[in-house]
Amino acid sequence: MPQRQLVGTKIREQRMERRMKQADLAETVGISASYLNLIEHNRRRIAGKLLSDIAQALDVDPALLTERTENAVIDQLHALAAAVPEAKAEVARVDDFASRFPGWSALIVALQRQVDHAEGRVETLLDRLAHDPQLATSLHEVISVATSIRSTASILVNDDQLDGEWLRRFHSNIHKDSLRMAEASRTLVTFLETPDADVSVLSPQEEVDNWLEQVRFVLPELEHADTIEPPAGIRTPAAKALLAEFSDAYRQDAVALPMEVFAAAAVEADYDPVTLANRFSKPLDLILRRLAGLPLGQGHPEFGLLICDAAGAILRLKPIDGFAPNRASALCPLWPVFAALSQPNVPLRPIVSMPGDQAVRFQCYAVAVPVGDVTYSQPARHHATMVVRPTSEAEGDGLPVGPTCRICPRADCTARREPSILG
Amino acid sequence: MARRVLVIEDEPNIIEAISFILSRDGWTVHTHADGVTANDKIRTTPPDLIILDVMLPGKSGYDILRDLRAEDETAALPVLMLTARGQARDREMAERLGVTQFMTKPFSNAEVLESVRALVAD
Repeated sequence: MPQRQLVGTKIREQRMERRMKQADLAETVGISASYLNLIEHNRRRIAGKLLSDIAQALDVDPALLTERTENAVIDQLHALAAAVPEAKAEVARVDDFASRFPGWSALIVALQRQVDHAEGRVETLLDRLAHDPQLATSLHEVISVATSIRSTASILVNDDQLDGEWLRRFHSNIHKDSLRMAEASRTLVTFLETPDADVSVLSPQEEVDNWLEQVRFVLPELEHADTIEPPAGIRTPAAKALLAEFSDAYRQDAVALPMEVFAAAAVEADYDPVTLANRFSKPLDLILRRLAGLPLGQGHPEFGLLICDAAGAILRLKPIDGFAPNRASALCPLWPVFAALSQPNVPLRPIVSMPGDQAVRFQCYAVAVPVGDVTYSQPARHHATMVVRPTSEAEGDGLPVGPTCRICPRADCTARREPSILG
Repeated sequence: MARRVLVIEDEPNIIEAISFILSRDGWTVHTHADGVTANDKIRTTPPDLIILDVMLPGKSGYDILRDLRAEDETAALPVLMLTARGQARDREMAERLGVTQFMTKPFSNAEVLESVRALVAD
């Protein structure tokens, strides 16, 4: 259970760096010293408000105490094992492996990322070869001219009865075709030798996602300006267009509900979306997006975000520790975001529980709303928005959910689509 | 009466070469370079055989073939389809639409001549 070990250990390290006594820290956050001792020795799970309180008492960002990469590495190792089942990786011991050999684990994940990038690059190039209109036009031109030259040359060579007029015309045709062939060949070579700066190894969506994850979906510049300059990681025109689309939507949210006002109200409302929606008389989906954009390092809890359409396709994703859906894999259908789609405009707030020893629990808030213009002829389209926040509150067992079927251990799940590699 | 072949192709030099070799072989050759009006041309000047390019301006050879097969008068008309794309799925598409023969560019004059003779029996 590397995540637990790390959180407890990190709390202990931070406390000792500050020469703070265990009893003093425990008193500050309102728990017993013995309970804090259990936490520091990773024998009790910690999340939510207590984690925030301890972070505040230690004057550190809560994110410093949680280890995102550990769970991310474990998830990626699980996914890798699922992708290569013939390797018979000991998936039941992946936590132990990642904990004991973090360097080797990181190396495996890094190598897999390189393979993914290389495969993505091949796919992009193949797609370009198959569908690029410029290439198709160039190839068509070359083949057409070659056909003409071959046919005309064949007549000139094989027909010794050609009169002067035909001879002149066919010679002229071959000359013109040879010029066209030279030009078409040059165009083709230029195309194939073009430095592939515009052939990204990532899809445009991945370019944007990677950057948004780096900034944790917090864009203070868009709180006060209409646009942002595309950062270095956003290279392709398609990714820049996606970023512009995202910026427009973010900016509209910022104008509708400025973050300074919203953040203060969120603290007062204990981050309850419905309270905030009523307080500001704003749509719930806007409130959820604003919660996901709360600034870091100011004591706010970090919310994960997922927005999907009615087909379940992920339109926007902000992963947090323990909640890192893969765009390429179909999600567990039990997540409340999908239930929201079947009851538009009804706010849902279940607590969900992930499988496994850690049994990470999240407080979820979800709502589906119609999008686009209203028409008589077509049914409304809906997008569902969900935010998740780790919770330690013990209200029942929580709705069981999972990552994706391939790496979910819930054997008796009625929503299972395919067998799990976890047995 | 000489048998008539209609060449629907937008490359003028290919048209000229094919027209030449077919004329030398005794065919009456008509040509047409526009996809949109090709079916009208076929109706007004019914040929014994059509040599049909796939990539034409305005309307593809596949669409022209589909329209031909939908009309009783031209449903059985022999069509030799020429294409720069020789992938299996292109051939399958042409066969599904009822092509008589499929030939990829660049072809030889002998191949074209042999096919045309075979497709229109005496």
